[in-house]
Amino acid sequence: MTCETHNMLAKRIIPCLDVKGGRTVKGVNFIDLRDAGDPVELAWNYSRQGADELVFLDITATVERRKTMVELVKAVARQINIPFTIGGGINEIADADALLNAGADKISINSAAVRNPALIDELAKAFGVQFVVIAVDTRAIAGKNIVHLNGGRIATEKETLDWILEAESRGAGEILLTSMDHDGTKAGFDNTFLKLVNDAVNIPVIASGGAGSVQHFVDVFEKSNVDAALAASVFHYGEILIPDLKKILRQNNIEVREI
Amino acid sequence: MSENVKKQNLSDTPHLGGREEESGGGGIGIITYGAGNIFSLTAALERLGIAYGMITNEADFKLYDRYIIPGVGHAGAAMHKLEKTGLVPKIKALNKPTLGICVGMQLLTSYSEEGNSDLLNIIPVKTLKFANNTSFKVPHTGWNRVYPEKENKLFENIPNGSHFYFVHSYFIEYNPVYILSSTTYINKFSASIWLDNFYGVQFHPEKSGTYGETLLINFSKI
Repeated sequence: MTCETHNMLAKRIIPCLDVKGGRTVKGVNFIDLRDAGDPVELAWNYSRQGADELVFLDITATVERRKTMVELVKAVARQINIPFTIGGGINEIADADALLNAGADKISINSAAVRNPALIDELAKAFGVQFVVIAVDTRAIAGKNIVHLNGGRIATEKETLDWILEAESRGAGEILLTSMDHDGTKAGFDNTFLKLVNDAVNIPVIASGGAGSVQHFVDVFEKSNVDAALAASVFHYGEILIPDLKKILRQNNIEVREI
Repeated sequence: MSENVKKQNLSDTPHLGGREEESGGGGIGIITYGAGNIFSLTAALERLGIAYGMITNEADFKLYDRYIIPGVGHAGAAMHKLEKTGLVPKIKALNKPTLGICVGMQLLTSYSEEGNSDLLNIIPVKTLKFANNTSFKVPHTGWNRVYPEKENKLFENIPNGSHFYFVHSYFIEYNPVYILSSTTYINKFSASIWLDNFYGVQFHPEKSGTYGETLLINFSKI
């Protein structure tokens, strides 16, 4: 029998893949991959390792972007048996509709939502809140967490927690929160701010930015209680293998999915 | 997505029917009524080599030996769309294996608190909203453990407590008569229900890894 009060929902481990023109752009050194640049093969490999979900970030900067994203989503949906999110340059309902019909479980919106917050309401109304992930890049300026655009280069006037609460009230189904101060440092997630955000909202929070070791994942779940943790390079370069990560999480009494 | 819609490989599939007076050749008919995207479901069936096709009118039912009622979104709105197809009396009279997925499962119940909606009432249980609870987020999103409570082929080769992928804000009340498997989130609820030839699963088997695929294969052989 399960205990009625204990939350058995598994903490999710999410590899993030950057894709440009239908190819993954960050180096990958899985030894058994035939084509490390093929996002579908990489995704399949992660799903076999026990990834709980995948995020694809399309950084193609051409007018062909929507077409290449739809093709990518269809190829992934045909092959992969776990949920996945697609993000990158989604500006309007028509983009989202095309991606939903191609088999995407969720879309991730970042700067388009900051520029036009009503887009969140429109997307939630059209497709349901479960389809709408709001990605937020945050950086601390003079002790305040401020929403940034363009990979952390452009500061906005929005305070991050205020923006996240607004996004939730408009219909965001999930928050993907990346700390630009931690991203790339491999020094651990921003557990303090993640806890603040996680305690303030009633939708799932995905932690991103700073993963460098297995212990960082243990820490982010224990200290902030977020629902999921996302990372890219530690998985792509084989520095952390998902089965090993889950084993350690389980040893720390953190509920994770067994495959 | 026209290339996915009418894919039938009935000749590739062994004949599995025979129990029904009218055999449809073993394939699964997906009842199409405009409630949500089914690309991932049809993709999963294709990967698994399970023959399927779309049901849009009453004459299509006899082409298949089992049926899936898909569905995402608002249960009341989904019921309204289903009623507009005119297929409701036929669905209620089905005697071949029929599987409702997510909102498709909720449609099998008598009533949903979502929009105070009367539903198909094939299985007399209710669909309720998760109570507000500060320690639990709603929708219930992610992988949770499913515990079969009865012996049934649907969960064959799936270990007790396996994880399946859920996304839902409303749940079907726990009822020992109709329960097939249970999950606990805020309260214990029906992860799957079963009455005669009707089955419902709250989770998404097409997104639930290899155990989800096993469940779809099991259903294709029920």
